[in-house]
Amino acid sequence: MEARKSTLKLILFTFGMFGFGFALVPLYDVFCDITGLNGKVTGPTITTYDQEISSREVKITFVTSNNKQMPWSFKSSSPQMKVETGQDYLMDFTFTNTTDKPMIAQAVPSVSPGRGARYFHKTECFCFEQQFLAAGESITIPVKFIIDPELPDDISSLALGYTLFDVTEEFANLQAKN
Amino acid sequence: MSAVIDSHHDDHHHGPAKGFSRWLYTTNHKDIGSMYLWFSLVMLFIGGAMAMVIRAELFEPGSQIVSPEFYNQMVTNHGLIMVFGVIMPAFVGFANWMIPMQIGAPDMALPRLNNLSFWILPVAFGILLSTFFMEGGAPNFGWTFYAPLSTEYAPPTVTFFIFSVHIMGASSIMGSINIITTILNMRAPGMTLMKMPLFVWSWFITAYLLIAVMPVLAGAVTMMLMDIHAGTSFFKAGGGGDPVLFQHIFWFFGHPEVYIMILPAFGIVSHIIETFSRKPIFGYSSMVYAIASIALLSFVVWAHHMFTVGMPIAGELFFMYSTMLIAIPTGVKVFNWLSTMFKGSLTFETPMLFAIAFVALFTIGGLSGIMLAIAPADFQYHDTYFVVAHFHYVLVPGALFSLLAAAYYWIPKWTGKMYDETLGKVHFWMSFISVNLTFFPMHFVGLAGMPRRIPDYAMQFADWNMMVSVGAFLFGISQLLFLFIVLKCIYNGKAATTEVWEGAKDRGFEWTVDSPAPYHTFSSPPSMESLKSSS
Repeated sequence: MEARKSTLKLILFTFGMFGFGFALVPLYDVFCDITGLNGKVTGPTITTYDQEISSREVKITFVTSNNKQMPWSFKSSSPQMKVETGQDYLMDFTFTNTTDKPMIAQAVPSVSPGRGARYFHKTECFCFEQQFLAAGESITIPVKFIIDPELPDDISSLALGYTLFDVTEEFANLQAKN
Repeated sequence: MSAVIDSHHDDHHHGPAKGFSRWLYTTNHKDIGSMYLWFSLVMLFIGGAMAMVIRAELFEPGSQIVSPEFYNQMVTNHGLIMVFGVIMPAFVGFANWMIPMQIGAPDMALPRLNNLSFWILPVAFGILLSTFFMEGGAPNFGWTFYAPLSTEYAPPTVTFFIFSVHIMGASSIMGSINIITTILNMRAPGMTLMKMPLFVWSWFITAYLLIAVMPVLAGAVTMMLMDIHAGTSFFKAGGGGDPVLFQHIFWFFGHPEVYIMILPAFGIVSHIIETFSRKPIFGYSSMVYAIASIALLSFVVWAHHMFTVGMPIAGELFFMYSTMLIAIPTGVKVFNWLSTMFKGSLTFETPMLFAIAFVALFTIGGLSGIMLAIAPADFQYHDTYFVVAHFHYVLVPGALFSLLAAAYYWIPKWTGKMYDETLGKVHFWMSFISVNLTFFPMHFVGLAGMPRRIPDYAMQFADWNMMVSVGAFLFGISQLLFLFIVLKCIYNGKAATTEVWEGAKDRGFEWTVDSPAPYHTFSSPPSMESLKSSS
């Protein structure tokens, strides 16, 4: 029957679109990775630049914030620094677990303006893993970064922001599953 | 009583069964259409009551009547109910009633599915409304339910909300599959696609939009469900997800959704304007192509709802231009309606009044839409009352007026009785004046910077807001008059003729059957020859 055929096709299409909704998740990440949109920064990269390439000065601002009711203290050792493109720099960040129980935290980075994100290379970063701190413990970890000399000329300052998330429960759930 | 489709040889003069089981088990497209329409009318009064609470709270600055938390629940549920519980089911109701009659089919292609897609709707809204009586209160995160507001910060009832959205989606999808299958397979012999009535065309395209985007919405709420209960991180930045992703997925559904709520209105208004201009519609094929291009464009404009999330300039420009492109097919439609009326023998019965008001006021909403499409200007308008004014202009004097027009236009055919023309005109003028009183000043307060979704506001907005509230109360009362007119028509109307409207017989199959339309129509397909204007 004709009606049965069209109905089946339409049902198939519906399930296809349900799948497409989920396919948007990886598509979105891939799209942001390729274009560097959304201030998304990529994983660790090991990069060295020829010192001969003309470098210029860029101002870097460090912003730290806590998500929701994350009680930790989380600070960079200095709010700003001036850097030359193409050279390695270090900036110290201090985490303090101010509560009386052990906790796990995850810092999520973001660079703005978003256009500059793909020129901001972090060669070492605490954001690639989680921080486990006992009650009252404090730790200082450096971020090692290098600014790509290809950075567009109209960008003279970049901001590296970190938001600190409490992932104690998520991590525990994950462990329980594995 | 069932197996309506294959009952050509059966006695088709028998009536419906008696009592409640008639409605529970019915597979008749007319019964199901009526149930959809009554359901959406009931929901209109529930959602409308919520709007009255909102306007009462905003009557004066300061906290007046309800707590800010309850105010948020009102705003959220008003939006959800009006979109999913009023506009969409009402259009499905008209589709059920009119599509089989307009294409000369005896019923919908899948009558049992039709029954199911209606009866799960009251369940969905029962679940949604029951959250008001639960701990934590009803959903309070706005009808757009942005994550993480609707996940990490949501009241515990969000799970009920998610399931109710799943059920509403399933209902829409089943309804749409049914409509497309009916239109593709059950048209009267000789009715080619380009001879279909415009209401059928508009629903044909709308149904495709629905099956394309409702599953994406189902995916979005499923991701929310998993973030809340299964420990995934689709929208949680802490776990590697991204809250902005939610907005992309939501508006990928959301923008086609706004056309889902207006395309059937285009079809309805086209029929009414041609009937009361006593001329065939001007530019039939351009009307069809305009609807189709609006539908296609709706998939590539979604991020114009998100200009302020921090998109790169190339993205802003792309979505700005693609959005403005939509003005072209929409303009084609508006000018075609005007050209149809030009030099026509116009009469101004209630359906025509609502249809003309639709053309004028929907265009106002369209123009403020173009203002909002300008990315640099949108940073000023974003999340202000200007946006509220814009989408209420397209949804209330737009979609809702077309529904009222359609109800007046077809009710004589459904009931076999005429509505009270004088009362209809009173209803129109009350609605017309109060709808403008309600929504026009919102443009002003919005441009002056009044944010949307707040229970209190700064002093300088007081005068306009009081005027808006008065308009809103008047609009609410006017719709009670509509209910009275409908009931009076059913119980006390004068008998209507078969044709109902002068010359309508030549314009559509629905006007060739008796008034009221018999329980079963077109057991054998009608001939296209019987329509004079079919060439």
